[in-house]
Amino acid sequence: MKIINTSTITSTIKDMCIKANHYLSSDMNAALKEATETEKSEIGKKILNQLQENLEIADKEMIPICQDTGMAVFFVEVGQEIHIEGGLLTDAINEGVRQGYTDGYLRKSVVKDPIERVNTKDNTPAVIHYNIVAGDELKITLAPKGFGSENMSRVFMLKPADGIEGVKNAILTAVKDAGPNACPPMVVGVGIGGTFEKSALMAKEALTREFSKRPTTPWVKDLEDEMLEKINKLGIGPGGLGGTTTALAVNINTYATHIAGLPVAINICCHVNRHVTRTL
Amino acid sequence: MEQKITTPITEEVTTKLHSGDYCYITGEIYVARDAAHLRMNEALDRGEELPIAIENSTIYYMGPSPAREGRPIGSAGPTTASRMDKYAPRLLDLGLKAMIGKGKRTKEVIDAVVRNKAVYFAAVGGAGALLSKCIKSSEVICYDDLGAEAIRKLYVEDFPVIVVVDSEGNNLYETAIEEYRSI
Repeated sequence: MKIINTSTITSTIKDMCIKANHYLSSDMNAALKEATETEKSEIGKKILNQLQENLEIADKEMIPICQDTGMAVFFVEVGQEIHIEGGLLTDAINEGVRQGYTDGYLRKSVVKDPIERVNTKDNTPAVIHYNIVAGDELKITLAPKGFGSENMSRVFMLKPADGIEGVKNAILTAVKDAGPNACPPMVVGVGIGGTFEKSALMAKEALTREFSKRPTTPWVKDLEDEMLEKINKLGIGPGGLGGTTTALAVNINTYATHIAGLPVAINICCHVNRHVTRTL
Repeated sequence: MEQKITTPITEEVTTKLHSGDYCYITGEIYVARDAAHLRMNEALDRGEELPIAIENSTIYYMGPSPAREGRPIGSAGPTTASRMDKYAPRLLDLGLKAMIGKGKRTKEVIDAVVRNKAVYFAAVGGAGALLSKCIKSSEVICYDDLGAEAIRKLYVEDFPVIVVVDSEGNNLYETAIEEYRSI
């Protein structure tokens, strides 16, 4: 049995919060660079160049890539052979968020209550999704989520008869409605199947998948390709000011579902698609 | 067309701007977002004065990340303007001339822009580090308790924006997309 102390978890989370808000993953960087070369609109190209310059400044001068440093969303895989000592895992994660957002000069964007709306001033609590897995590792993925794009996300409870055409329509509708509000070029996370909440969770987790890791189910892979092409034909473009780069990637996750349903969730992320993974 | 403009952005300036123009703004601008707009609206409901000089003013919809030592501000890109749509027409009717944000506006806001010969600019969403370099000073002027949502006064130099809705109501979000739409 492996023993992990909560102090290690807290300091790891703190680093992850700071890193995620200042550097994008290499696949995101590469996708933005490629889009700058292929974009047909002049103003679109200009915006994409500015976004690359923005990433350089963020990295060099330690200024967050975006001022909306997000609500801290975690996917935690707990190997069932580990033992955590020193306190509660959830408390350790929240303490890491508190330290990372305070010491890292990140914006505190969380209010304690959705109606009373008083800021908690330390960006806690985080949103944490746990999964128990085999093995003796603790794998933590952090995806700080900004709300410009989060607000444009949707869940559609389709009927089985709507089929794959219904799914395509749902995705295109969500992206079209999001338009300039979601800070395109966006990354589109999609969850198909499961239940109401499972589809949303899959859509969120899909955003953290590396672009090079493609689905193994042929129809899912084909759907990702087809939707990316179609989304980029919508004309929304960088900043929503017209162009051929509306999305950088479409990542789809699927799960078994009920005989009566076809849930489809679309979680839209802006071009600042932040995610960091660490394994302890 | 590219042009440099200085604040205060008056009617004389706005009527020369056209949807799609690329502008660089220099001068003083205010910063306010959701919670500050709610408070200003409540102050007006009570018949009180606004805490900012609204005549010919520019409001940037933004909530910065904290500034590191020696810097005026942290990351400082635009937030989604539609959340301020409920309050914007009232402020436009009181003299607000320019808004900087990102994303679509309602018909009520666009009508108020036309009625008051104002302008709605977009800054590049998610370019907060880059845009912060154009902000030379930042001062919280009221609602300090709102933290990142307090009202600030900024001095900006060559702050890059694009005219989305001009004083005649032309809307770049609608026209530009049609040019590149192929489905």
